[in-house]
Amino acid sequence: MDRHIISILMENEAGALSRVAGLFSARGYNIESLTVAPTEDASLSRMTVVTVGSEEIIEQIIKQLNKLIDVVKLIDLTQAGHIERELALVKLRAEGSVDRDELKRLSDIFRGHIVDVTSTSYVVELTGTGDKIDAFIEALGDRQIIEVVRSGASGIGRGERSLEL
Amino acid sequence: MELSGAEIIIQFLKDEGVDHVFGYPGGAVLHIYDALYGQEDVQHILVRHEQAATHAADGYARSTGKPGVVLVTSGPGATNAITGIATAFLDSIPMVVITGQVSTPVIGSDAFQEVDAVGITRPCVKHNFLVKDITDLADTLKKAFHIASTGRPGPVVVDIPKDVTDPNIKIPYIYPKTVEMRSYNPVTKGHLIQMKRAVDLIMSAKRPMIYSGGGVVLGNAKDELREFTRFLNYPITQTLMGLGAYPENDKLSVGMLGMHGTYEANMAMHECDVLIAIGARFDDRVTGKLADFCPTAKIVHIDIDPASISKNVKVDIPIVGDVKLVLQELNNLLQESKSRPGEAAIAKWWDQIDQWRGKQCLEYDRKSDLIKPQFVIETLSKLTRGQDTFVTSDVGQHQMWAAQYYRFDEPRRWINSGGLGTMGFGLPAAMGVQLAHPDATVACVTGEGSIQMCIQELSTCKQYGLPIKIINLNNRYLGMVRQWQEFTYEQRYSMSYMEALPDFQKLTEAYGHVGMLIEKPGDVEGALKEALALKDRLVFMDFITDRTENVYPMIEAGKAQHEMRMPTDRELA
Repeated sequence: MDRHIISILMENEAGALSRVAGLFSARGYNIESLTVAPTEDASLSRMTVVTVGSEEIIEQIIKQLNKLIDVVKLIDLTQAGHIERELALVKLRAEGSVDRDELKRLSDIFRGHIVDVTSTSYVVELTGTGDKIDAFIEALGDRQIIEVVRSGASGIGRGERSLEL
Repeated sequence: MELSGAEIIIQFLKDEGVDHVFGYPGGAVLHIYDALYGQEDVQHILVRHEQAATHAADGYARSTGKPGVVLVTSGPGATNAITGIATAFLDSIPMVVITGQVSTPVIGSDAFQEVDAVGITRPCVKHNFLVKDITDLADTLKKAFHIASTGRPGPVVVDIPKDVTDPNIKIPYIYPKTVEMRSYNPVTKGHLIQMKRAVDLIMSAKRPMIYSGGGVVLGNAKDELREFTRFLNYPITQTLMGLGAYPENDKLSVGMLGMHGTYEANMAMHECDVLIAIGARFDDRVTGKLADFCPTAKIVHIDIDPASISKNVKVDIPIVGDVKLVLQELNNLLQESKSRPGEAAIAKWWDQIDQWRGKQCLEYDRKSDLIKPQFVIETLSKLTRGQDTFVTSDVGQHQMWAAQYYRFDEPRRWINSGGLGTMGFGLPAAMGVQLAHPDATVACVTGEGSIQMCIQELSTCKQYGLPIKIINLNNRYLGMVRQWQEFTYEQRYSMSYMEALPDFQKLTEAYGHVGMLIEKPGDVEGALKEALALKDRLVFMDFITDRTENVYPMIEAGKAQHEMRMPTDRELA
């Protein structure tokens, strides 16, 4: 049961997202996260789906996705070198100078930026792999967290490896 | 020429060569129905329920190979069509369904007869479209026909809001002859290296088995399949959906396989060392218990749909491509190959198969005082053999008996809902078949449960003079349910019988057709002859059959292919 990041180029049509989401729910596949946005070519959307499954399941997912008429092309990023990034915005309770200093230090260690400050709170912006964001949240402990917003993973192949027409 | 959206639809259908549309009017499609009025190229068949429109279009498609076309209104028109769309989807039948939609400005406002047709049909179509702009209409319809009828075929829904068909808004129309889609290019030719590997494996087989499915029918590959099978002299079994691609009366045919397949077919599947699956999808009704499926076989699988390969059963040599083209190439490679099947091993295998055949698994009590359903089908087969005959069926025991005892010799002659198992399919499907083949005999084998799910279509048959021969195997039970309850629920017959059945003879007569009641085995042949001779009348034959008859052999749920329940087991149990 490995984690896979599948990157999909789709026709930028109404309903394309629900075709993918519907496929996953109808066939009982897992979705860990799903992100979608148009590309530099306005007629195409790029979707990134993070899913977990056995080799056979992943093979079926890829075949079933390819079968969707709106899917132009896809790759399983996790099969070779790739970069994975996720954006998180974390709102923290930050009261008292000891706490505020400690949170600033922790944010720096994880290469986060504090993008909003009030007398009682910070908002930390953090990018990285899902694991890195998990680690940051773990390091905070739930005492200080007010809310967490995660974008879900995006990814791209390294070097010559690309998903294009 | 300048046309309105409604006129574009009708003109497009003419240009696409569509001769029949099955449908039912309503508010959202009134402009389209107005454009239909007074032209004769596209004949519209008015059904009595939208489900029947889709089944009729489906029967038309299965019997001709051309896409069936449906036209229904928004809301309930679309939802009533769903069962038929799903039926076509599960059996990969080419179909284009035009659904009316409320006008674009009110979409999403819970308008009268509004339903999200694209959303609601999405899981049971090959693709669907919502046309929001008249300038996209012709191209979208072209795409719909292209997608429906190429690759692995399937139903496509085109949802068209009422304002897009406004008679006052006209644009120039040119028939789009071709279609370009960067995201849809089905593979057609098989991979040469895979095919060479397949040939080596096929030639080396000692206990080979050909397992042919509905894909061979859909792909019009009967000649190639027959050449392939005869060249090798290997046994062939066919799925419920594939019957007739290879003649069932031929000596190489071991009959249908699966849950109600023959003893010899299922045993040969279980014992084979090389399995050649052609246009078949390893459905659970075929495989039985997956863990014990063909335990000693290396498997070659030819299919146009990559997603069918290794979905249920892991295969050794997959060949993705159009079955017709792949079989042509395989036939060439087989003939060019220096090796030939091992004669001694194959002869030994045939001896084994003949032993299994000796079980005569389809024998039944021919001396009974009651009408045996099998006898009705056998007699129908005898009387129509070699003639231009189509057999449709509903779903249940009668469907299995028709599949087992008719013995189809040609493809597209056996028309039934295999994947979805839709009761109510048989009669409307027969209408579509009869309209496409006005001079043929079209028999609908049904039961008193199924026929009542679309019996209103007797009215449509009257309107269009469709002389369908309905063979109602009336056992006063939902027979297949009753059979399962007998075997696995200790004869607790929960809701599997109906009281207050109508007098079918009178009912049929009320619709303006001929009704017959047949209660004795000795009257079966005479009744069928009489009915078949009534060339221009619909005849409803109500056969009162032995109500406790079961379908044998049977692989019960969770059992493997070789663990069949045989007719004799019943007495032993």
